[in-house]
Amino acid sequence: MSTDDERARDEEAANLPDKLGRERLAAPIRRTGMFGTRTTGDTSGFGGLRVRGSAPVASSRPFTDPDDPRTADFDRVADALEAALGDDAGAVERVEVAHGELTFHVRREALVELARVLRDDPALRYELCTGVAGVHFPDDAGRELHAVYHFRSIAHNSQIRVSTTCPDADPHVPSIVSVYPTNDWHEREAWDFFGIVFDGHPALTRIQMPDDWHGHPQRKDYPLGGIPVEYRGATVPPPDERRSYT
Amino acid sequence: MTVTEDYIDASGGDWDDVIEKAQATSAERLVVNMGPQHPSTHGVLRLILTLDGETCTEARVGIGYLHTGIEKNMEYRTWTQGTTFVTRMDYLTPLFNEAAYCLAVERLLGIEGRVPERANVIRVMMMELNRMASHFVAMATFGMELGATTVMTNGFREREMILDIFELVTGLRMNHAYIRPGGVAQDLPPGAVGKVRELLREMPKRIRIMRKLLDENPVYLARTKDVAYLNLPGCMALGVTGPLLRASGLAWDLRKAQPYCGYEGYEFDVPVSDGGDVYARYRVRIAEMEESLKIIEQCLDKLQPGPVMIQDAKIGWPAKLALGPDGLGNSPDHIAHIMSGSMEALIHHFKLVTEGFRVPAGQAYAAVESAKGELGCYAVSDGGTRPHRVHFRDPSFTHLQAVAAMCEGGTVADVIAAVASIDPVMGGVDR
Repeated sequence: MSTDDERARDEEAANLPDKLGRERLAAPIRRTGMFGTRTTGDTSGFGGLRVRGSAPVASSRPFTDPDDPRTADFDRVADALEAALGDDAGAVERVEVAHGELTFHVRREALVELARVLRDDPALRYELCTGVAGVHFPDDAGRELHAVYHFRSIAHNSQIRVSTTCPDADPHVPSIVSVYPTNDWHEREAWDFFGIVFDGHPALTRIQMPDDWHGHPQRKDYPLGGIPVEYRGATVPPPDERRSYT
Repeated sequence: MTVTEDYIDASGGDWDDVIEKAQATSAERLVVNMGPQHPSTHGVLRLILTLDGETCTEARVGIGYLHTGIEKNMEYRTWTQGTTFVTRMDYLTPLFNEAAYCLAVERLLGIEGRVPERANVIRVMMMELNRMASHFVAMATFGMELGATTVMTNGFREREMILDIFELVTGLRMNHAYIRPGGVAQDLPPGAVGKVRELLREMPKRIRIMRKLLDENPVYLARTKDVAYLNLPGCMALGVTGPLLRASGLAWDLRKAQPYCGYEGYEFDVPVSDGGDVYARYRVRIAEMEESLKIIEQCLDKLQPGPVMIQDAKIGWPAKLALGPDGLGNSPDHIAHIMSGSMEALIHHFKLVTEGFRVPAGQAYAAVESAKGELGCYAVSDGGTRPHRVHFRDPSFTHLQAVAAMCEGGTVADVIAAVASIDPVMGGVDR
C-alpha cells in the first residue's frame, strides 16, 4: 500500500469523530424533553434534551458474517435475487442485515415481480409467505406507511423480510395475492388497520373492524380511546393519557 | 329476508318465514348464516354458506367478532407488560404467544444467547405441556361438534391435569404472562417437578384411551376419512402450517428447522401423515402429544439449578415474586428490602417496573411452532420503553382462509368437521 493511501486513511480516521458528529446533528430529531414534562415547571434541564434518530441502515457486502451462523446464506440469497431480477436491479433500494435477519427494502412498483421471483426462482424458492404487517411512521416524510412481508423457504430453510413503503398521500401498494394467495386476509387486515390500499386485491374490504367503520385504528394518529377509571377515590386516566417515559 | 328467482337468503329473520318462502318457490339454493353465535363454529366464527340441498356450494368466512385491539394496546404499555396482552390472544396456546413475543424482544435486545439454560428448559417444558392441552381441546371440541360428548368430556378431563400444573407453576390456569423477556417470571415452585412426573406416568394411559376411542371407531372414521381434503400445494398456497401441513405429508416443523429455546438438544420425531383429511389431522395431533411427552421427560433430565431470569440488572425483572393468599405478587422480603433497606434498590425497582427497559431501535421477527402452526411475532422498536408496533402472524387467522378450499363441494355436515379440524381459536384470529 502506498504512503499516500496510508496518509489518507489516517486522516480519515482522525476526522471520524468530527464526521460522525456532523452526521448525527444532521439527523432528524425524534423526540425532545424527558420525563413527560411539557410545562414550564421543568427545572431539571432535561426538558431541552434532543434525541436524534438514525439514518436508515444500509448494509454493504458481504452480508454473511462468519461469526454469526444465522447469516450463513445471506450472500447466496442476495446473489440469487440479484441474478433473478436481472435488469430490474433498481428494485431493491437497500439491504439491511440486523439481528441475524436479512431485509430487502424495495420500491413498491417492483413488489409483484419480486414476489414472483422469490416464489419461482429455483435458487430462492420462498414457498411460504407469512403475511404482511403494516407499520405507521408518521415522521418518516414521504414514506409514512410501511408494508412488511416475511417469506420462508422450506426448500432452503431460509427466511427473509421484504419491506416497501408508500406515502400517506398516495397509500397504494400492489397486491401480491396473485402470487401468494395466503396474503388475501393479511392484506385486508393491513388495509383495515392502516389504510394501505393493495391494488389488484380481489376484494379489499375490512376484515376485523365493522364494514361501516371510519378510520384505520392502528395508525399512530388514531387515538387508543378509553375512559378514566375511578377506584377508591383516585382516578386512573386511560392508557394513552398516562405519563410516558419514551 | 329476500327471495329471488334462484336463491333464498336465510342470513337473518324469522325461520318460519324462511321455510315458508322456501316451500313457496322452486329455488334450491339457500344462503345460511352460521354463527357468529353457534355452538359448532369454535367460538364467534361466522360462516356464510350457500347450500344446494345438502351440498355446500360456497363457504365464506366472516371474522372480527372478537377483535380486542391487542396489538394497538401494546403500543401504550412497556415491553414487559406486553406479555400480559399477548397471552390473551390465542387463549388455548398462551405460552406459545408469550414465547414468540419474548423471543422477538430478546432478539431486538440482542440477548438471545444470554437467557439462562434453566429458563429455556422451563420454557420448552411449559410449551410442550401447552401443546398437549391445546391438542386435547382440539379433539374434545371436535368430538362435541360432531355430537360425541364422551370425546369432549375425556379431552377436557385430560387437559385438566395439565392446567393443574400450569396453576401450580404460574398461579393461573390461563393468561399466565409467565414467559417474560429475559427468562420466566419465577422458578418452578416446590412440587412442580413431582407433578410433571405424575403426568408423565398417567398421560400415556390417557392418550391410549383416547386412541382406543377414536383410532378405529367406524363412526368417527365415517365422519373424518376423506373429509375436508387439502393437499400439499393447497397448503403452501394458503400459507397453512402446523399439524394441517404435516397431515398433508410435509414434515415441516420450526422446532427442527429453526430451533429456538434449545430445541436442537431434544430428541423427538415429527409425526407426518399423507392423508390430507380430517382423520390425518387427528392422527398427527395425537402422535404429536406422544412426542411432547418425550420432550417433557427430557426437560426434567435437563433441569439443573440456576437462575431463571437473565443476569442483567438493566433488563431482568427486579421483583421477587411469591404466592400470597390473593395470588402471585411481590414477595414480602423484596418489599421490605426496597421500602426500608436500600434506596438504590427502590429506584432500580421503580425505573424497571414503572418506566421499563429501553429496546434498541430496529425490527425483528421471531416464530415458534405453536400447537396450531407457525406463530410469528414481528416487533418494531423506535428505541423507547414501549413497542412502536407488534404484529402477530397467528396460524388460526391464516388457516381459516382454507375453509372455502376444504368445504366447497362437500356436504354441510362436513363443514363442521372441516372447521373443527383447522382448530381455529378466535382470540388469536381476531386479536
